[in-house]
Amino acid sequence: MLEYARWKYLLVAAVLLLALLFAAPNFFGEDPALQVARKDHNPVSTDGTREVEQFLQHKGVRFLRSYIDSGRLMVRFANVPDQLAARDAVNEQYASTYITALSFAPRTPEFLRALGLRPMPLGLDLRGGLYLLYQVDVNAAVGQALEGYAQDARRALATANIPVRDVSVIPATGTPANSVRIALAPQADAGAARAALAQPLQGLGLSVANDAAGATITGTLSAAQVRERQDYAIQQNITTLRNRVNELGVSEPIVQRQGIDRINIQLPGVQNSAEVKDILGRVATLEFRLEDMQNSAFEAQQTGRVPLGSKLYTHTRFGRPVLLKREIIATGDQLTNATSSPSQEGPAVNVKLDARAGENMLKTTRANLNRRMAVVLIEKRREVSEVNGKKVSRDVTDEQVINDATIRGVFSNNFQITGLQAGEARELALLLRSGSLATSIYVIEERAVGPSLGRDNIRKGVTALIVGMTGVFVFMAIYYKVFGLVADVVLLANVVLLTALLSLMRASLSLPGIAGIILTVGMAVDANVLIYERIREEVRKGVSPQAAIRAGFEKAFSAIADSNVTTLIAGLVLWVFGSGPIRGFAVVLTLGIATSMFTSLMGSRALLTLMYGGRRKVARLSI
Amino acid sequence: MEFFSHQTNYPFMATRRVWYTLSAVLMIVALASFFWHGLNLAIDFTGGVNAEVSFPGAANVEAVRAQLAATGFHEPQVQNFGSSRDISIRLPPDPKHSAGEIRQQLDGALKAIDPGAQVVQLDVVGPQVGNELRMSAVWALLFTLLGIFIYIALRFHTWKLSFGAILAVLHDPILVLGFFSITQLPFDLSVVAAMLAVIGYSLNDTVVVFDRIRERFEGNRRAAPAALLDQSINQTLSRTIMTKVVTSIVVVALLFLGGLALKGFSAALLIGIIAGTYSSIYISSAIALDCGLTAEDIFPTVKKAVLDHLP
Repeated sequence: MLEYARWKYLLVAAVLLLALLFAAPNFFGEDPALQVARKDHNPVSTDGTREVEQFLQHKGVRFLRSYIDSGRLMVRFANVPDQLAARDAVNEQYASTYITALSFAPRTPEFLRALGLRPMPLGLDLRGGLYLLYQVDVNAAVGQALEGYAQDARRALATANIPVRDVSVIPATGTPANSVRIALAPQADAGAARAALAQPLQGLGLSVANDAAGATITGTLSAAQVRERQDYAIQQNITTLRNRVNELGVSEPIVQRQGIDRINIQLPGVQNSAEVKDILGRVATLEFRLEDMQNSAFEAQQTGRVPLGSKLYTHTRFGRPVLLKREIIATGDQLTNATSSPSQEGPAVNVKLDARAGENMLKTTRANLNRRMAVVLIEKRREVSEVNGKKVSRDVTDEQVINDATIRGVFSNNFQITGLQAGEARELALLLRSGSLATSIYVIEERAVGPSLGRDNIRKGVTALIVGMTGVFVFMAIYYKVFGLVADVVLLANVVLLTALLSLMRASLSLPGIAGIILTVGMAVDANVLIYERIREEVRKGVSPQAAIRAGFEKAFSAIADSNVTTLIAGLVLWVFGSGPIRGFAVVLTLGIATSMFTSLMGSRALLTLMYGGRRKVARLSI
Repeated sequence: MEFFSHQTNYPFMATRRVWYTLSAVLMIVALASFFWHGLNLAIDFTGGVNAEVSFPGAANVEAVRAQLAATGFHEPQVQNFGSSRDISIRLPPDPKHSAGEIRQQLDGALKAIDPGAQVVQLDVVGPQVGNELRMSAVWALLFTLLGIFIYIALRFHTWKLSFGAILAVLHDPILVLGFFSITQLPFDLSVVAAMLAVIGYSLNDTVVVFDRIRERFEGNRRAAPAALLDQSINQTLSRTIMTKVVTSIVVVALLFLGGLALKGFSAALLIGIIAGTYSSIYISSAIALDCGLTAEDIFPTVKKAVLDHLP
């Protein structure tokens, strides 16, 4: 008798149903769409939506429907000309409020979208777009930190009246790497120098060497400190790049760290790399300024009369205008670190400036206790908009006051900004760092795929998938008859399950990924073949049909498990070493092994037991 | 339908010298070509510029080459690609110019020939990235082989089987390398991915055959090893062929329909699958036999026969 436990049936059924649900969004296709986002990053309101809709109707641009998706308005169109017409119209009318981006919106039905189910995003090779790999000069960032230490040391020794021969920074390539070397004059007291340096060189590993010319004190950054500094530089650049990418108005951009010192940026739909790099490469800076508390910012805004020596800022992160004094206390390139951390007074941002700015800060805070100080983020960029198919570009300087706080004590180069919410502290730290983009970055790899090539790739990949699968299905049906059809059902289930897993992981689908799916179909057959060949052998030996099926599954198991392990090893290595599309292939290959094990061992057994199991008499198997 | 209506009984072991010779010749040719000609490494590994350009009409390859040289590009390689309207341009790495500048120059040169020319794909890989990708490809291959060797050592309790499996595993990627070296097809990252998959698949067949050998020895310890190995291969033969035919169906579909981007990838897979099938049928077990494999190696008599229980 051939039986299969009820819970296994239930498991197979449940997994397949879920898989169908998760995979479903991939089968509806896409419409051309226009993504409309507010320039100030606030979510688009329902009023805003209505306004844009009415505007489009008024302009006679036909659209299918519009909806808000994570704070951005998506308008869907039946065809590309409508989409382009809408973009031009919106760009012209709302240039100051909205950024638009051409995109594709999945035709996923509302109930699936409501469940948070989305299709697999398409990789750049399938959508067209621009891939940029930036190299961050992390050693320069470390060098900068050391330079700061060197300055502090010089000053501390000068204050303590200890004569110095030379203070120098030894870069990562020198020995001892990443350190500050302070050579004292022969007559200097090494002990006193060391004591004087304890504070400014805090955290560095100090060593003292004596020779004829005088003592030398070396402060070295530990490996952990170097790494921290590098991470900081990368993080800072990522934040800046991310802010700028958002300004580009690209839908679904990706900005992520790659390896120790790289940042990779993926911009779907973007073609012109020169323009993009121009915008991404722009420099931002910060300014610390005192608030003008004698005059009212509201009044200045209303009357348009700004008091002499002050400047009015209307663009602030806290909503109200402020008047700031013209004198700059410190600038972004003097900021050496900004981190958020909890403090006794709630979340805080710890700011570290270099020595020169610290001195200025000390003077200012001493004289202005309990007054307010603000931080301004200034970004210079070139804005490119497309009006009537023509590109119009202009340089824009964007000044935004990102923080305004009361000076509660006298401080110099190390201070805290408090009175923030937890999220705010993190954001402010990021903004501060993004405004001090001091480490240089440069493009080391660039790949651009035209949209037509992307469409072509999809079409070819899907054709190969359909033809390959059909070939396998027909061949299996001819070779194994009814059992072959069972294998076909199982293979289809495998593809659905794999698609569901990939959609769930939000892994982007690339051309090698499609190749991986096709290959998985080919390889998933193997498990079925192993089982069926065993069943045939058993039948040849004269074993009863039901016993043959059981023996087939049992005896084939070790061979199936074994043979999959070998592919798994290759898949995992590729996953670790590969990047971009190759990693996509590895992900599919590895997941495909798991899904095919499940479908061919459990799925096909459930199906065959349903067909041939129980107490019925089976005369022969159609295999 | 069955490929083999009756249980086959091909004498693989008796004829093994023939197959050894064939394999040795193929490998020598492959390695000789590899060391002599090397590979046509794509810009993934060398760094440089690769552009695919689509013209509205038939592209004049010579004119493009002349124009590019006149614009100041060194050694531009221009060739038709896919159709007569599409060309691919390859330029050596140029650390002095940014990708954006190269693109501008390229656009200018192409527009001068035909204003309708369009760059549909442009890859610029810095020399440093190329070096790293080359190293990571080598590491990936080494780690895969290492992982597989460890797996083999753990899986087959005797070095005789392991040795056979390892030789078979080395055999297949070498033939793929040889194929790419002789044909000078571009060798890019996707080909490396295909080679790793081939290493996995190739061992897969060997494992299935070895699994059967172990099973047969368990039931029949006194059997002559050569005969038993022959039987094992014959019994798994229809599975081996069937699986590879089906996998080849999809790979052939990819090769002819998947577009140019997947040509190298699918060609590598196809060659690898054919080589892998061959090596697991003709080579791996034969090597084990020549190492003196007996039932004793798999089931030492001092202990009780212990079957490996798989998870």
